Amino acid sequence: MTAAALIALLIGMLLLLIRAIAGPTLYDRVLAVNSFGTKTVLALGLLGFVMGRPEFLDIAILYALINFVATIAILKFFRYRSFQVPLVRRGGPGGGNNG
Amino acid sequence: MERGAPVAYFLGLLVALVGFWLGMSGHFSPLLLSLGALSVAVCLILAYRLDIIDREGAPYVRILGYAMYFPWLMKEIVKANITVIRACVKADLDIAPALVKVKTTCRTDLAKVTFANSITLTPGTVTVEVEGDKMLVHALYEQEAQPEAFEDMDRRSRIAADGKGAGA
Amino acid sequence: MGDLIANIADFWGMARFPLGAALCLGGGILCLIGSVGVLRFPDFYTRLHAASITDTAGAILILLGMGLMAPGWLVVSKLVAIFVFLFLTGPASSHAAANAAHTAGLQPMIGPIGQRSDDDEEAA
Repeated sequence: MTAAALIALLIGMLLLLIRAIAGPTLYDRVLAVNSFGTKTVLALGLLGFVMGRPEFLDIAILYALINFVATIAILKFFRYRSFQVPLVRRGGPGGGNNG
Repeated sequence: MERGAPVAYFLGLLVALVGFWLGMSGHFSPLLLSLGALSVAVCLILAYRLDIIDREGAPYVRILGYAMYFPWLMKEIVKANITVIRACVKADLDIAPALVKVKTTCRTDLAKVTFANSITLTPGTVTVEVEGDKMLVHALYEQEAQPEAFEDMDRRSRIAADGKGAGA
Repeated sequence: MGDLIANIADFWGMARFPLGAALCLGGGILCLIGSVGVLRFPDFYTRLHAASITDTAGAILILLGMGLMAPGWLVVSKLVAIFVFLFLTGPASSHAAANAAHTAGLQPMIGPIGQRSDDDEEAA
């Protein structure tokens, strides 16, 4: 049954790939890739359990971290066209606690 | 940054890092333990140099509040999931997306982050923008995303992050 | 008394594998449904909602199922770490994507889409 879950996840990833290729805007693609990454994390864990080697979870943890950083980096790059810009709000600096 | 009680935050971070290393490695040979001690020391030095050993770096004070908030959030997530899953698998699409402005009573950044993350974590609603104490929320169903629907979550996340006396 | 506890432990050892596998299967199917939603929904902001099914329900069920099947506490602690990472980073990246799209001027669709007044649809 775990293998069936893995297959369902893989089919879901395939559908997301279609959206990532077809997606009309950039943000659709980013969203699809991000969701693909989350599914990859889960699929890596399940793969470890199917093969009887739960050590795969280490890779899954790493992938979860890298996936988040990659999403943020892509979005930041397409907003500022550079990685070297400090992340500030356009309306004004800080923005968090000035009510 | 004010260095009021840095030793307590320092110890809190130390305990969290040691626990994380032991939970990830699971080996107790002297070599690996000394490597772990080295990693924890490097992390602590870097955190000190980055000036992030403060209240948010070791949030032990609010752990009880979040422990009380978490089951309620889980319940909300399950309820919202049923709605969105039904919308996904229905033969013909009937959704009514809407942008809603929500006013929050949260004062501190931590409470606002908790509230905005809770909204985003609940399927069917996504925080699009945060400006001061107003949030722009995109919702899948217009009728379920009236501003009153968020009042309960707002109050609970404020209590979880700031304690009972704060805010409002 | 000790007999009862041993019985419960026996039953638990027997039941946890099918239960965990069933939870994993449920989570996998929910992830599949989320992907179908990402394909079907009409614009970016609505697709975001479908993607968050994967981030919440699918992840919770699969991680819970793997936790039930886990051979030791070490694996459970790693699963807890993955759970915490996903729950902290999932909404953050969703919000980042939505905020970037909004700042770039992508307008969301507003109002009822494809709504039909059939009674049988309302009952479902």
